[in-house]
Amino acid sequence: MNVQTNNVSENNFEQCIKCTICTVYCPVVPVNPLYPGPKQAGPDGERLRLKKGVFFDEALKYCLNCKRCEVVCPSGVRVGDIIQSARLKYSKHKPSIRDMILASTDLVGSTATKMAPIVNPVVSSKPAKALMDGILKIDHRRTFPAYASETFEHWFRKKAAPLQSAFAKQVGYFHGCYVNYNYPKLGQDFVKIMNAVGYGVSLVDKEKCCGVALISNGMKKTAKKHAAHNTAAIAGLLGRCEAVLSTSSTCTLTIRDEYPHLLGTDNSAIRDGVLLAVKFLYSLVDRGEIRLVFRKDFSMTAAYHAPCHLEKLGWSIFSIGLLKMIPGLKLTVLDSNCCGIAGTYGFKKENYEVSQSIGQPLFEQIRSLSPDVVATDCETCKWQIEMSTGFKVMNPVSILAEALDVEATVEENKKAGR
Amino acid sequence: MKTVSNDSVYDVIIIGGGATGAGTARDCALRGLKVLLIERHDIATGATGRNHGLLHSGARYAVTDRESAEECIKENMILKKIARHCVEKTDGFFLTLPEDDLGYQKTFIEACRAAGIEAEAVDPKEALIAEPSANPTITGAVRVPDGSVDPFRLTSANIIDAKLHGAHILVYSEVTDFIFDNDRVVGVKVRDHVSGEETNRYGNIIVNAAGIWGAGIVRKAGISINMFPAKGSLLIFGHRVNNVVLNRCRKPANADILVPGDTICVIGTTSDRVPYDTIDDMRVTPEEVDLLLSEGMKLAPSLEHTRIIRAYAGVRPLVAMDDDPSGRNISRGIVLLDHETRDGVKGLISITGGKLMTYRLMAEMATDLVCAKLGVSAKCVTATEPLPGSRNDSPEEISDRMSSVYANPMRSSAGRHGDMAKSISHDTEYDLSLVCECEDVSLGEVEYAIENLDVHNLVDLRRRTRVGMGTCQGELCACRAAGLLAKAHGCASKAVADLRNFMNERWKGMYPVSWGETLRENEYTLWVYAGVCGMNRKSEDKPEAKSECKSKGKSVKKEGNHEI
Repeated sequence: MNVQTNNVSENNFEQCIKCTICTVYCPVVPVNPLYPGPKQAGPDGERLRLKKGVFFDEALKYCLNCKRCEVVCPSGVRVGDIIQSARLKYSKHKPSIRDMILASTDLVGSTATKMAPIVNPVVSSKPAKALMDGILKIDHRRTFPAYASETFEHWFRKKAAPLQSAFAKQVGYFHGCYVNYNYPKLGQDFVKIMNAVGYGVSLVDKEKCCGVALISNGMKKTAKKHAAHNTAAIAGLLGRCEAVLSTSSTCTLTIRDEYPHLLGTDNSAIRDGVLLAVKFLYSLVDRGEIRLVFRKDFSMTAAYHAPCHLEKLGWSIFSIGLLKMIPGLKLTVLDSNCCGIAGTYGFKKENYEVSQSIGQPLFEQIRSLSPDVVATDCETCKWQIEMSTGFKVMNPVSILAEALDVEATVEENKKAGR
Repeated sequence: MKTVSNDSVYDVIIIGGGATGAGTARDCALRGLKVLLIERHDIATGATGRNHGLLHSGARYAVTDRESAEECIKENMILKKIARHCVEKTDGFFLTLPEDDLGYQKTFIEACRAAGIEAEAVDPKEALIAEPSANPTITGAVRVPDGSVDPFRLTSANIIDAKLHGAHILVYSEVTDFIFDNDRVVGVKVRDHVSGEETNRYGNIIVNAAGIWGAGIVRKAGISINMFPAKGSLLIFGHRVNNVVLNRCRKPANADILVPGDTICVIGTTSDRVPYDTIDDMRVTPEEVDLLLSEGMKLAPSLEHTRIIRAYAGVRPLVAMDDDPSGRNISRGIVLLDHETRDGVKGLISITGGKLMTYRLMAEMATDLVCAKLGVSAKCVTATEPLPGSRNDSPEEISDRMSSVYANPMRSSAGRHGDMAKSISHDTEYDLSLVCECEDVSLGEVEYAIENLDVHNLVDLRRRTRVGMGTCQGELCACRAAGLLAKAHGCASKAVADLRNFMNERWKGMYPVSWGETLRENEYTLWVYAGVCGMNRKSEDKPEAKSECKSKGKSVKKEGNHEI
């Protein structure tokens, strides 16, 4: 009889054979004894929660959602998804004002950029940090990323948008909150590279935060709204673009995987078209469709840190591959470790110690190498590593942009008729 | 053979440690009798532990067997009070599928109400909201007060209370013969399965409560009971698919009940007559697995994709009426036989037939007859006197008070032991660490069970705590539990042999459903035990296994017999 040919239900935890590899690789387990570990919090706990919701353990909030458990699972169990879904479904903990502020990257970012000259010095001042620590429970030892005085979107509309229609080939760009409010330079670097290899760039219509911070702070309703809007807007863009690219590994993972798995948003029409910029670029070079020419005078030592969410995507090879194309770059790939910040997690006072303990092995390796820069594709990894080691951190796209001989690249790609 | 010198004559000796035997031991002890219960294996090893674990509302029998239905609903309401920690009030739906006659629903509801069972037609849409796993094509649903019951906990609670009232319990001890004084049975010959020692035990009344094995027992006294063993096979799924019991609204048939029980759910059963000489070796066949699955999927379509962790089979003790030797008129009702009036053998009675649901009533009926014979006038109180574990706070009340970290193992053990869980030590990280990760069984709970619940081996421990009952079927917990047993019994080689038996016993249930993840997991288990633990070697190869441990540990009890 032809039943049970595929005895795996939608619950996904049934493939778990209790091998415990996930718990061995969890970065939280060794530093926080209150966390039951991914196997117990995930597949094991889910069976108990299906029996009775009372078996939901609030200690699941200690999960970083780094997804390293999913990367190592030999049975294909989406352990991290099970844990995050359980938090969204069962947690009685209401998001605090602090959580809402941390999660509302759009709202806070758009306000803060308008007043950046005031906000930045205030936020980094000792009295303000003490206030945030005391009232909001945002750890005073944490360095806040500075806000830009002009958003990326504003810059793009004024300076770049008019030039984009000149290119025959087009890509979309999901810039994310970090590029828009904190570091427009990364977006500008991206546009510079794409234009140099013959691609025009368009932005996602009224782009909203991907929602990752909303999900991890339990604000599912708002996250679903964002997901619905972004999915529709990206679908519109994919009609006239080869792909919609991002320079943030977390935004990419959220849109591709968290939308359907955690929010139940159907993204099947857009999922394959949403890529990390480095993957797209690497593939173009690999297929011989573009060529990159680098400055002869460029020289740099870099240590590459693969963000957890990029490891989950399986795409860190593209960042590493692109960086290795730069002749003047001496690259060391760091051991696979979590930096410990996990988005808004590390900002919370109660998580500060755990967050720093998790990152310790990474920080030590960086210090021992003492590179010119640390390269990584994640904005929150950047904050964490810069704050904890003092080393400068750059996105591989920015390193590429800095090393690129733009004029020669433009010429080369035109000449070849590419 | 020796006669145990220190005990004089018992008022009553009960043969069989299933729910009925345990219930009878409790009832007799509560009425002040001097009781001995003798069980061949562990408690609850026969049909008691090999059924759905369904707390029948009686609705299943309402149309076809009014008497059973009435018995069921009465006992259902009693157990919900006296055995709160053993039952779960899930309610049940009787579903009408497109292939079933919706007209039957009316007959069904009327029959339920006539038997005193609350039955209420529910709009199919509402039923699907209440139980989303139910087949979405249902054309009708009736809600009834079904539930689930854990037969191991129930039997154990009865044993605990019987012992509290002075009963003696012998496990792993088999009755090999009766001792006669003319036409009166005055005692039994007992062989201890562990030591091999044989003893005589004397009692005024002997109660045969050995279920299907009872026919073999009374044959030793020259008495014949016409029993028809009916094998019923069931499948256990890895997690709960449903939270409300699902039944088919039609005349009872194969594989038409899906019961959520603790962390799992169970579909069953089949029903096949089997020869009496096969009842000790029941195996689930591929045809039965197919039937259970294909019928089960009609109740809850998701069963098609749900991992099955085990298959098992039990034997119903069906009894033919005395005037019906062919067995055409088989009763599923309670059968109480006074062998003095029926067969001219004094001092022996049999309580059989019936079902897990009516164990208490069966015990009451048997005890009433025992008391009448002994001239004891004490009345039965088991319908109102709560069992140990259900005397104070309910598991929910205990659970609600827990908010600390690591609360889950404590919640789980409160669910298993009710108010007795307060005796479990959960004070240290050591106590709270998990032995069984699937079922959340802490080290503290295992040590409590070994110390207090008459655990002789890993299988006993499983029945008391659910160690090894989860999806991994002993893969990670069995060796940990074996270590704790070795420590308690002061004997490592015995624990290794026990571990080997336990893993083989687990495999027996996995074998009929060994495909997909269940097979993969078993392969992994094999690596752990054969590869890492080196248990692939035969015991003869291991010199240390030959040396029998003498009673070093505190828990090796009373040399020679296994009184608990």
